[in-house]
Amino acid sequence: MSPLLRVEDVHIRFGGVVAADGVYLDLEPGESLAIIGPNGAGKTTFLNICTGYLKPTAGRVLFEGNDITGQPPRAIVRLGIARAFQIPQLFLEHSVLDNMLIAAAARTRAWNPFRAMVALPERAEMIGLLRQLGVADTAEQRVDGLPEGVRKLVDVALALALKPRLLLLDEPTSGVSSSEKFQIMDALVQALKNQAVTSVFVEHDMEMVSRYAHRVAVWNGGRVQMVGTPADVLADADVRRDVVGI
Amino acid sequence: MTPQLALLATLDGIAYAALVFMVAVGLTMIFGVMRILNVAHGSFYAIGAYSAASIVLGLTAAGMNPWLVFPGLLLAAVGVGAVLGTLIERLLLTRIYTKEPVLQLLVTFAVFMILEDVQRLVWGVRPYFAAEPVYLLGNVQVVGIFYTAYQLILLPTVALLVLVGLRLFLRRTLSGRLIVAVTEDREMATALGINAGRVFLLTFVLGSTLAALGGALASPTTSLVPGIGADMIVLSFAVVAIAGLGQVEGAAIAALMIGLGRSFAVYVMPELEVVVPYLVMVIVLLIRPEGLFGVVERRRI
Amino acid sequence: MTQLSWLHRTVILALALGVAVMPTLYPWSQVLLTLALAKGLAVLGVVVLLQAGQVSFGHAMFVAIGAYSATFLGRALGGGDLVVVLLGGVLTSVAFGLVIGVFVVRYRYIFFGMLNLAFSMVLFSLLEKFFHITGGSDGLRVLRPTLFGQSLDRATFEGILFYLTLALALGLGWLVHRYLQSPLGQALSAVKSNETRLEYLGVSARHVLLVGYVVSAALCGLGGVIIGLVQGLVTPELGYWVRSGELVFIAILGGASNVTGAFAGALVFEVVRTYAAAFAANIWQMILGGVLLLIVLFAPGGLIALYGNSVKKLFARTRTEP
Ligand SMILES: Nc1ncnc2c1ncn2[C@@H]1O[C@H](COP(=O)(O)OP(=O)(O)O)[C@@H](O)[C@H]1O
Ligand SMILES: [Mg+2]
Repeated sequence: MSPLLRVEDVHIRFGGVVAADGVYLDLEPGESLAIIGPNGAGKTTFLNICTGYLKPTAGRVLFEGNDITGQPPRAIVRLGIARAFQIPQLFLEHSVLDNMLIAAAARTRAWNPFRAMVALPERAEMIGLLRQLGVADTAEQRVDGLPEGVRKLVDVALALALKPRLLLLDEPTSGVSSSEKFQIMDALVQALKNQAVTSVFVEHDMEMVSRYAHRVAVWNGGRVQMVGTPADVLADADVRRDVVGI
Repeated sequence: MTPQLALLATLDGIAYAALVFMVAVGLTMIFGVMRILNVAHGSFYAIGAYSAASIVLGLTAAGMNPWLVFPGLLLAAVGVGAVLGTLIERLLLTRIYTKEPVLQLLVTFAVFMILEDVQRLVWGVRPYFAAEPVYLLGNVQVVGIFYTAYQLILLPTVALLVLVGLRLFLRRTLSGRLIVAVTEDREMATALGINAGRVFLLTFVLGSTLAALGGALASPTTSLVPGIGADMIVLSFAVVAIAGLGQVEGAAIAALMIGLGRSFAVYVMPELEVVVPYLVMVIVLLIRPEGLFGVVERRRI
Repeated sequence: MTQLSWLHRTVILALALGVAVMPTLYPWSQVLLTLALAKGLAVLGVVVLLQAGQVSFGHAMFVAIGAYSATFLGRALGGGDLVVVLLGGVLTSVAFGLVIGVFVVRYRYIFFGMLNLAFSMVLFSLLEKFFHITGGSDGLRVLRPTLFGQSLDRATFEGILFYLTLALALGLGWLVHRYLQSPLGQALSAVKSNETRLEYLGVSARHVLLVGYVVSAALCGLGGVIIGLVQGLVTPELGYWVRSGELVFIAILGGASNVTGAFAGALVFEVVRTYAAAFAANIWQMILGGVLLLIVLFAPGGLIALYGNSVKKLFARTRTEP
């Protein structure tokens, strides 16, 4: 099968920092790939390049065989790639549900200027998504009053609301209490599986990685140091020393 | 266009660019440090100009040594910058540093409206003309054209001094380096213990003084009427936008582009004189939205 | 909540009714109220952009564009018809709004504000400079249009214009309110709070803003046509930056996030201006600036918030009382 996403030899640097130094990666349809690596390794930068937030100085990004390098995020998102952020990106002055409804309107292109947003037919679906992520009780609250952990989950819910084919999650459960973490990821992974969504998630918790990833890519100094099954990667001596920290 | 006219236009353009540069560089410095674009910046130019004219006219009327007008011009600039600058920064701006950008914009716009009327109350609507400094320096001849030494030599020299002085100040002195540090990374700078409040005040007073200096030096070359501040804020904004926000050297080049563009328009298509600076700005921004020397800043996400 | 919104509707209708009967009781108030409502329409345009956190210091240019284009059209047609003149003015504003908008919506905050100011100053100086077309700073006389072919005397015309403006204010106010409640309008405030997320939902922030910009240009243009017709004269002054500042001032005075606030602010402003400007002509801008400062620093919600708070207090009190 041809890869869903193919990244070929991308490069980018910020001043003296090389954040992507010849990155290659293929994503198979339906798989779940974890990205691990120390802080500053270039994991977020990689997601930024894939989604058009940053333009690589060299290299290409292909989605279903089409070159999407350097296209703006909105164009890439419309192709079916959604993203949740390391730092949640939300509409702070709206309620959680309004955030979701804006996403629903964006997905269905409900831009009729005389139809109230609160009357969108996707309302129930959006509340369902919030429930799945365990944040339905905050639906009517304004985002700027919410704690970081809740915001992270709302951010994930916004990405899900787009019904993407490829979902990129940047540390989705950092800031979420560890008791809830697995419960939420279980629900999330099940939902992704049901809809055959391919996913990439950046993660620091090795237990999460081995539980939810089919494959693991190890980032280091702007390069992919190693790709393999969770068992293989976590058994590797270099990875254990550099990333896992044992 | 004859070569003579072209030369004349060039000289006009340079003299004008020198004035615009002084105002614009103050604006861009203040923005660099405080992330506030002070809409009232043009008022400092206007008040500097009016104060200078009053001092010059006063000195001349009192029959003092005529050469005293030059220190007079400087005094007007520094006085306006220091007094008004400190007042506005301490009383108003310190209250809005943490507010939404749109509110910051509204506050400086309100100050601008207030200061426009202050000028009218103090100096009236009658045009002021105080050309004594220009007469004192006399004319010089350049390839067959007589041109005032004030505009040909004094203005460009002062502008160059400001440019070089600012560079040295920003790179070599402690205060200057603090300003640069806060411009480049405010969080880091304050984390390192730099007193951002003092740096803000210093920058604001310095920037405002430069605007007032531009006004003071402009006053002998033009008649002062209400509205010059409004024209100047938009013009110096155009310079800042063309150069890229926070760019000191870039502002000098952008000021020259605008100065020359305008002065050539005066001779070629006088109706479009006012339009040319904005035309230059729109063209530059269409090609490079961040300005000629600006850098695109990407927020971390 | 619904109880409150019924209250608001009733208050709005009562106010509109009050405005509607004013001229029959006090004929002198008709021109004043027409001007205030027309200005309210223009302010509504500024309010739309404020939803996106963007403030334009040049929107009076669209007032001038509307007024001048309607005047040109009317003069070309030997007076023209009211409907034609109104439509012509609005459509011209929309066209200019589209062209200028495509450029300025690439920018935010200070750039947005100042680029609008720059465009308005260009327009102002062109209106002054090309006096053989525009009449320079003396301006142009506006011919009184017919209505569906009927020529009208002055009093009838002013009466019709007043009620037409009132109807437009109510109708367009309601439509703009709907627009702001729709996803497209909500996306405007999303531009203000997080453009990155909006882009990552596949929405172009520029398109969202452009729609808002064209709407605001149309509203300002409409206000401009009416102002021109009421005054019988259009001058470059209509597009002067101080006029743009007034529009922003009224929007903030009324309450930036609110349709009703635009008209409430405009009515208060116009009345105060008519009486106070005579005493305070020399310090008029100073007063505007000072009040603007006070509002921004101490009462950022404007008149509407003051009203809202007092209603809430009233409700709280009646509920707690046995
Ligand atoms: N917009 C940017 N400007 C400057 N430097 C950046 C920017 N984004 C990332 N970097 C730098 O690139 C490196 C990689 O960053 P990032 O991709 O965020 O790492 P990770 O997500 O793996 O922790 C870091 O050294 C970071 O400081
Ligand atoms: Mg990261």
